[in-house]
Amino acid sequence: MKKSLHILRRENAKSSPYWEDFLYETQEENDTVATALRAIAGAAQKEGDRRPVAWESSCLQKRCGACAMVINGKPALACDTFLKEIPGEKITLEPLRKFPVVEDLVVDRSIMMENLKALSVWLNEDAQLHSEEMAFEASVCLQCGLCLEVCPNFAPGGSFGGMAAMNPLAHLIANSPREGRKAVAKSYRRGVFNGCGKSLACRNICPAGIRIEGLLVKSNAAAVWGRWGQIGKGSR
Amino acid sequence: MNRESIQINIIGAGLAGLSCAMTLARAGQRVRLVSFQHSERAQSNLAEGGINAVMNVMGEDDRIEYHFADTMKGGCDLADPVMVKGLTEAAPGIVREMIALGVPFHRENGKLMQRNFGGQKLKRTTYARSSTGKALMSALISAVRKYEAEGIVTRYSHHEFICLLLDGDAVSGVRIWDRFRKERLDLEGPVVMACGGMNGMFAGATTGTTANTGVAAAVLFSQGVCFGNLEFMQYHPTTVSIAGKRLLISEAARGEGGRLFCKRDGKKRYFMEEKYGERGNLMPRDVVSREIAQLSESVYLDMTGLSQQIWQERLSDLRSEVQHYLRIDPAKEPVPVAPGIHYFMGGILVDASHRTNLRRLYAAGECACAYHGANRLGGNSLLGAIYGGKTAACTVLRELSEGFGPVKNDSGKEDMPAFISREEMRIHDRMVDALLNGMGLIRTRETLVQALEELSSLEKPELSRAMSAQLLLARAILLCALERRESRGAHTRRDYPDTDETFRKTTKVMLEKGRIQITYEEITPYPTA
Repeated sequence: MKKSLHILRRENAKSSPYWEDFLYETQEENDTVATALRAIAGAAQKEGDRRPVAWESSCLQKRCGACAMVINGKPALACDTFLKEIPGEKITLEPLRKFPVVEDLVVDRSIMMENLKALSVWLNEDAQLHSEEMAFEASVCLQCGLCLEVCPNFAPGGSFGGMAAMNPLAHLIANSPREGRKAVAKSYRRGVFNGCGKSLACRNICPAGIRIEGLLVKSNAAAVWGRWGQIGKGSR
Repeated sequence: MNRESIQINIIGAGLAGLSCAMTLARAGQRVRLVSFQHSERAQSNLAEGGINAVMNVMGEDDRIEYHFADTMKGGCDLADPVMVKGLTEAAPGIVREMIALGVPFHRENGKLMQRNFGGQKLKRTTYARSSTGKALMSALISAVRKYEAEGIVTRYSHHEFICLLLDGDAVSGVRIWDRFRKERLDLEGPVVMACGGMNGMFAGATTGTTANTGVAAAVLFSQGVCFGNLEFMQYHPTTVSIAGKRLLISEAARGEGGRLFCKRDGKKRYFMEEKYGERGNLMPRDVVSREIAQLSESVYLDMTGLSQQIWQERLSDLRSEVQHYLRIDPAKEPVPVAPGIHYFMGGILVDASHRTNLRRLYAAGECACAYHGANRLGGNSLLGAIYGGKTAACTVLRELSEGFGPVKNDSGKEDMPAFISREEMRIHDRMVDALLNGMGLIRTRETLVQALEELSSLEKPELSRAMSAQLLLARAILLCALERRESRGAHTRRDYPDTDETFRKTTKVMLEKGRIQITYEEITPYPTA
């Protein structure tokens, strides 16, 4: 299998972007975009002729969200994108567009963590679990930013935190004791409900498989409409 | 320096780092939490099967002394019993604390559930499907966020460890590298290392992350930090090769009823059950891996007998991961598995208070040598990370209240780049190959000596300090394995197949006057009740 990686590069935030092509050949049918990037970054380093491609990676099994980028125009994790499933030889790689570029495919996603801080996303009391299923599903959010990338309503600096804020808030909602509900509901309305245009563009993007729509419905029911008793319903 | 002006520098924001940060912050102590990437990217998020604690919820009359005995036995009596006693006694409180933080451990009819895990006869492993590490991390990230908002914890994400700042045999601070701004920072204050296992020394062949390069451990070693038990690294019996790494198939699969078999003369042979009886599949990991290594046939993990309910409620994430990366539905067909490097029992040697040989330097989590002896039990790593982080924090607080005394920073001029240069990538690749050849699941003097010779051929005076530090650590690992002339736990020598009680000692290894020195320290006796 032969693939040409067409990568949007930039030495730093201030320098001009440019495109550069790298050829990757492999006999391994299960190689991913992450495998190809590791190989070309390593090769560039060994040969010393080109600046190695900067990108983030960590787990290589879609459990950490580090390698989020735009692959052939679609936001995805590099470790979750198999080369054999990409038609044609050319693969275009760009950094996520909603976050400031640091270098090449590396972006600064700290705005997600800042939003959660600004929304006071933590428990002030001991948890009281209403729905294991909801709390579990919300807790597997990778904070990768793919859902924000496709969201028509999310913009860095705005008060809307998108689904990257909804998931940790849903985790709190699923765990909230009575005395903590008011504060959680306020954060939820401010950071999620008021800004969400219900486009559901994020519906099928989550690499962790979070069923966004279901979590939204339950979180809205509790934090917006005050139907806290609904959280545990339908759960095992 | 008064306590208010001191900030504690924690290197690593995985489970041990977060646990340490939370404990310090709760006591009002200011913390700098330094990490290569955000906490969500840390290797702790990959931990799957569960966390051990005697909760006694399964009606099996479990006791803390059983957890203690299983951990000691699993570690082939090489762990420090005083430390294991502390760990196992604290475990139930830790699980309760995690529940209070909102970790959605599995319940049935409102009752907390525990599952079977290797090396333990009773159901003692609390779990959140097959994503327990992730569930714990999400809750702890949330808990620490509160202190970030209050300004008690300051995050230094996207920062890389360069080296310790030394003041004789004490640590005055740490030098880090801002990967985004490309600038160096010197941070004063005590340092807690929570930087994870040294996967990068065996790059591509472990179940861990690419971000755990092993450079931090290597630099510490080159700076005179004493390490312990480097020869003990765990080969997990059920891993599969995927692009760039080994994919772990959690022990939970066997805990819930999965069975190992090989095919011989066209027939399925459940070799672990044949040799060890009905609990054979759940023997400690060192035993299972060694049995697999001695077979000439391919080995499969058969999970086809698991009920639909188990798949849905307890292992749905494991199933989808295997389906995604291996294109096999484990509910319908057996998965081919082989042992793969999974955990480092050895690391920075700490005492029961998580102090190292350098004053004002502490270590916790997988980077530290604690609790697990010659072989770690599944479910004890998450526990050890949380407990170790807490214990280190308590020690820091105690020593702060006693006063650290004046600190001078006289090593600030030293520059240690954390990066392997372009030309050195080939040397790094050859170092990894040498280590893999020498430190296989079954070792001999010949393979170890050969690996050491290969390392010697790589050493050159003009290497970067990061690369030469890694070569030094690689040499130390091989020497520890060569010197331990016995088989025990995860260290199997074909030329010394028996366990030798004269080696029931902790291997201490450190750099002294430019030479690697190995000594053995007696294990403290079992604490009496």
